[in-house]
Amino acid sequence: MSHPELANRFVEDGERAQWHDRSLWYVRAKRDRAAHAIPEWERLRELAAAIKANVRANLADYLERFEAEARKHGAVVHWAEDAAAHNQIVWEILRSRSVTRVVKSKSMLTEECGLNPFLEQRGLEVVDTDLGERIVQLRDEPPSHIVLPAIHLRKEEVGELFERELGTEPGLSDPARLTEAAREHLREKFLAAQAGITGVNFAVAETGGIVVCTNEGNADLGTALPPLHIACMGIEKIVPRAADLAVFTRLLARSATGQPITAYTSHMHGPRAGGELHIVIVDNGRTGMMARESYRQSLGCIRCGACLNTCPVYRRSGGYSYEAVIPGPIGSTLGPGRDPARHASLPYACTLCGSCADVCPVKIDLDRQLFHWRSDLVTSGLSSPRKRRASRLASLIMRHPRLYRAVAKLARVVAARAPGATSAVLSGWTVSRDLPEIPQRSFREQLEDLGDE
Amino acid sequence: MSDRLANVRVALFVPCYVDQLAPQVAFASLRVLARFGVKASFVSDPACCGQPMANVGSADEARPLALSFLRSFAGFDYVVCPSGSCVSMVRNHYRGLVPDAAGLEICGRTMELCEFLSDVVGVDRIGGRFPHRVGLHKSCHGLRGLRLGSASELVETRPDPVGELLASIEGLQLVSLERADECCGFGGAFAVEESGVSTMMGRDRVDDHVRAGAEVIASIDMSCLLHLQGLMRRRSVGVRAMHVAEIFDACGGDA
Repeated sequence: MSHPELANRFVEDGERAQWHDRSLWYVRAKRDRAAHAIPEWERLRELAAAIKANVRANLADYLERFEAEARKHGAVVHWAEDAAAHNQIVWEILRSRSVTRVVKSKSMLTEECGLNPFLEQRGLEVVDTDLGERIVQLRDEPPSHIVLPAIHLRKEEVGELFERELGTEPGLSDPARLTEAAREHLREKFLAAQAGITGVNFAVAETGGIVVCTNEGNADLGTALPPLHIACMGIEKIVPRAADLAVFTRLLARSATGQPITAYTSHMHGPRAGGELHIVIVDNGRTGMMARESYRQSLGCIRCGACLNTCPVYRRSGGYSYEAVIPGPIGSTLGPGRDPARHASLPYACTLCGSCADVCPVKIDLDRQLFHWRSDLVTSGLSSPRKRRASRLASLIMRHPRLYRAVAKLARVVAARAPGATSAVLSGWTVSRDLPEIPQRSFREQLEDLGDE
Repeated sequence: MSDRLANVRVALFVPCYVDQLAPQVAFASLRVLARFGVKASFVSDPACCGQPMANVGSADEARPLALSFLRSFAGFDYVVCPSGSCVSMVRNHYRGLVPDAAGLEICGRTMELCEFLSDVVGVDRIGGRFPHRVGLHKSCHGLRGLRLGSASELVETRPDPVGELLASIEGLQLVSLERADECCGFGGAFAVEESGVSTMMGRDRVDDHVRAGAEVIASIDMSCLLHLQGLMRRRSVGVRAMHVAEIFDACGGDA
């Protein structure tokens, strides 16, 4: 289905849509307070954008440096060209060590690669240990937001889910007690796990270290208990120097949730004593994205979710209306980058208000990319034929002043004599709006009447 | 100030939807410009900057209009337009749409009305009286496209010609909104194509103004206002939508 169809459905439940909008606006407002407390905020954003541009320009060198340094620490580095290769590598590592129980912390990359279903089909138990992710996993749903995976659910719904899945008492909706129930449930999973899989927020080329940021400490527990840690990262996660982290860690949590820093920012250099660390570096279309000048800035995305929280459309249509691994403004440019036909409605799920680009901590030109996508979709014949016909007609009329005047005059006569029919023709507008009173004469006509120039 | 501007050639660009649906805004713009000593010529063609086509991705259909715009206004020092959105199209999207050789010089001197009054004419006070509670709906293309004022996302302070000129009017009280600069949901074809979300966005903007006790919603973009006005009329909300040029014009002034 297209975005408008799913969005209209979301909006129909007005009360829930309002609640969803307000929940996310609350996060945006918290982010504003955090950002405005840093006088050098815009300078940080500029630095972050410049670092990311430098990384894109020298990516191969940085990746090789990172690999060499990580190996010195005893990590095993694997390279995956696409999602299938990534899943196969992870599976081989797990199978050769007879692992059947895995705990996993948040990673949009493994969502992108479909790792969970891939491993589950092979008989493994994969437990997402981030609370929000565990909630959607128990509901057999994907995350609806990249930082707040269960933001579409109310605490009462979580209570019902936990009653069914974890045996908590009926009617439980107190967040603290629900969290406690999840903690107990997850503790068992942590203790039983034979391997921990994590994402990577930053990989430092000069040190070979990786950084994982969480608020729940689940990545730490998931890598400290089992002897095997597999860290999965896209090639764009590289930063050149450890010092660069000072820029990104200041931006990440403030942009994401308005916190000064994530509760846990874990720096890992090699495996823990007696254990193994495998780092899987994945391309999966990223070098292709880098080749397209109009869209390459999207590779700088640090997955903070700020553009989702600020997007007036996302807040009122929900993550699932995008039918993409990553929803919201960043997802609306990444989606068509992977499969333009499938995601053709996403660049139009946007008023071009530009809030996303202004909120983005790495200054990705999101609204410009969505504008550009529209033109690419038209060029490749993927936009709706109706839209193209309307544009052609409008352009034809506007190019010919006399035709413009004649058509406008005719439209006014029709609107005056048959308001019902006019309203029906413009039903997309009149579904919720009254038509304006149509002036008898246009500005151009009135000016001619005045004989003025 | 009129002396300094005596030899400056200023053209008024009246976009199609203002021409057809809100001619009073174009007249108000001319009168306000004249009040501050600017005799603007009206150039009739083209009536469209090409934005509606460009926004849906039809660059090929937008290009002839952009070229026609550049030809028509090439001989002027400034083009003034009572629509932030059209100005943003000219300034931010013509480069890349048409060849550089087409003469893009005028793009940088195509200005929104308040911006022109403030930056070029040097107006800091409109004068006159408008004793009403006004909510300023900051249109996105004016705010983030032309940088008229500080967007709430950014940690910076910029001049806000629209707000400052409104605030300079005696009796006019600017109300403070819960969401200072959220989009109203018009978005051109978006209003029709994504009617559910567009409607909800617009109603939320209206409700914010109603809660703040606004009698008038003011904006530099008639397109946002036509959308908000249509929503308000359907629900019989007693708030007026007025273009800032209409307010400047209505308060008489004393310059």
